[in-house]
Amino acid sequence: MVINMVNKKYDKVVSRHKPKEERGMHAVIAFIVGGLVGLLGEVLIQVFCQKFHISRSEASVFMMITLIFIASLCTALGFFDNLVNFARCGLLIPITGFAHSMTSAAIDYRKEGPIFGLGSNIFKLAGSVILYGVVSAWFFGIIRLLIGGGV
Amino acid sequence: MIFLYSFLFAGFICMISQIILDNTKLTPGHITSILVVVGAALDTFSIYDKIVEVVGGGAMVPITSFGHLLIHGALAKVDVMGPIGIVMGMFDLTASGITAAIIFSFIFSLFFKPKN
Repeated sequence: MVINMVNKKYDKVVSRHKPKEERGMHAVIAFIVGGLVGLLGEVLIQVFCQKFHISRSEASVFMMITLIFIASLCTALGFFDNLVNFARCGLLIPITGFAHSMTSAAIDYRKEGPIFGLGSNIFKLAGSVILYGVVSAWFFGIIRLLIGGGV
Repeated sequence: MIFLYSFLFAGFICMISQIILDNTKLTPGHITSILVVVGAALDTFSIYDKIVEVVGGGAMVPITSFGHLLIHGALAKVDVMGPIGIVMGMFDLTASGITAAIIFSFIFSLFFKPKN
């Protein structure tokens, strides 16, 4: 009983001193940063199209590789984590988050050896994306074949 | 105009996921997995294809396009090879992204040390 009351008091004190989470602000920052990454993607596609005279689909492949390279490099240099802490989903949901999770896992686990450290942990975070992507694409592909009869 | 659509669409997806992240106990890992499944589901009847046509690069950047590219490659191979194409073409379009991510991660892990 006494412990319960102490706990309640403690909770009250904690809730009074906890910094308020600015959820609306987080959403706005995620919107702006994510939008800027999307805008960068479109700009890169147009630049590659005009510079190398290639089709849009090829240019989008180059765009993805460029974004992955930038994200991996920033992660390796160590300041991508700070950017993620600021922008959160704005940088985690674009393809940059995929590259970030793989590079940070690779760098963190390399000291545990090339096979059981780097090799088995590089997909530690990105693996779920590939697993559920492949399973759902297979499942929905079967549905499409059964219902739609081809493409 | 396509630049504005890119900004709005990519920002909208990031904002939705940020709101889900803040108000539930899901981690970013859960949310990216859910978005990949959503992307694959939207492309079952080529809805995401139409979004890509209108929005352009802004629809290719979020992780939803990963699911879209997986099922798109599989269905394109089905056209050529028959039903077996669904397993043969699965990684056709995403191979470039996955390969690039693996190679850059491997190279950078050789040269850089963890910061903390």
